[in-house]
Amino acid sequence: MSVGTALRCRECGREYAIAPIYTCEWCFGPLETTYDYDAIRASISREAIANGPASIWRYGPLLPVDEPKGNALNAGWTPLILAERLAAELGLGELWIKDDTRNPTNSFKDRVVAVALGKALDFGFKTAACASTGNLANAVAAAAARTGLDSFVFVPSDLEAGKILTTAVYGGNVVAIDGNYDDVNRLCAELAAEYPWAFVNVNVRPFYAEGSKTLAYETAEQLGWETPDHVVVPIASGSLLTKIHKGFGELHKVGLLDEEPVVRVSGAQAAGCSPVATAFIDGVDDVHPVRPSTIAKSLAIGNPADGYYALDVIRGTGGGCGSVTDDEIVEGIRLLARTEGVFGETAAGVTIATLKKLAEAGVVRRDERVVAYITGHGLKTLDAIEPHVSVTTTIPPSLDAFRAAFPGVTEEV
Amino acid sequence: MAVVRIPTQLRNLVDNQSELTVAGDTVGEVLKALDAAHPGFGERLFDESGKLRRFVNVFVDDEDLRFLQGLDTPLTERSVVSIVPAVAGG
Repeated sequence: MSVGTALRCRECGREYAIAPIYTCEWCFGPLETTYDYDAIRASISREAIANGPASIWRYGPLLPVDEPKGNALNAGWTPLILAERLAAELGLGELWIKDDTRNPTNSFKDRVVAVALGKALDFGFKTAACASTGNLANAVAAAAARTGLDSFVFVPSDLEAGKILTTAVYGGNVVAIDGNYDDVNRLCAELAAEYPWAFVNVNVRPFYAEGSKTLAYETAEQLGWETPDHVVVPIASGSLLTKIHKGFGELHKVGLLDEEPVVRVSGAQAAGCSPVATAFIDGVDDVHPVRPSTIAKSLAIGNPADGYYALDVIRGTGGGCGSVTDDEIVEGIRLLARTEGVFGETAAGVTIATLKKLAEAGVVRRDERVVAYITGHGLKTLDAIEPHVSVTTTIPPSLDAFRAAFPGVTEEV
Repeated sequence: MAVVRIPTQLRNLVDNQSELTVAGDTVGEVLKALDAAHPGFGERLFDESGKLRRFVNVFVDDEDLRFLQGLDTPLTERSVVSIVPAVAGG
């Protein structure tokens, strides 16, 4: 049984009964679900989890909704890969890749949507909706189709063609907005007040966001119930980074980890949209909004809802935060692909390129066990690498032509 | 002088009006005037140090105050000031 008990304002602490609401009536701060950790501690165990489903629902007691009864996509329980070749390239020791490209719609957003739609069904909603930079659009459209809900997804009109197609194919409504993500987001806040829909990242966001904690739970379980020393997480709204940090802490609160984990959390942003990295580097508390301009469109949120909290986590855990250029992002995608055989999207390029920078700066250290979160699949952002990779050569179908093209290649059978 | 759009959370402080016309040459002056006319309004928008609470967003003609001159942003007769709760998203 899930025991998400109430909603509490992260700013002023006022509490509200469970409902599809997301801001504090008093100070406008964001609401977060509360739990009775003592009750969870009494009902959860490593054995029960090991015998649970191969999905996020193996951690059901730590989520704010029970596993839905009807059809749903099987989100989570993705591979954790030891990345020895990438580690050697970066001068690191023990490096792992959490490969969340291996979700039903190939990004971590399937996790949060699974929780959001579970809660939406609880509330009796018939339509799922979202403001999205692409990955969430995929996840909502697919999950709504599988669950039998109508869907409305709202995206910036300049989104990658691939992400439009991989949303539209599921048959819901895809509405492109002339504006950037922050414009889409503001419109959706207005729509959420007018239409009786479950906007997964607006009025259902307090529940939705909790789904990201499962990335921390899985990481620890897959490491044999141990935690990494350092994690590197891409930042868009800042919610993913914040919830991964929360997830590690909860494992100790409910008795799944004996020791309170000490995990340094570092953030990764694109230089063309780096409000959190800029605040971190400037040593200020204000996260000043920006107008995004980057190929990492899935991270292009200029006004990050959880920017303050992400900054707090990074500083509080002694992590770092960096930003990388579009060229470095493409290099990051290629580096991960050529060393580990994992093809990530632009956000993955941001994460790997930032990891490289932080390793060079000595922030991420060789003596640390490091996990980098790869949150979306490269097939979603082919536009980004299309100008940079191609066939090695084109030749006629003859042995001579091949030998002429590759004279140095040893011929031994 | 500006038209100020009031979010649902604050309407009970302004006799349930959704829009008010308020005198003032800057956003800061307009919000102060609102507080003077409607006690309790200011503490909902500003923290103890007098700064806008960090999850209160204010827009002037659809532009975020933080891209303008903050509370010193000048207003015209036709300016529309919107007070908007925390953005969600992401």
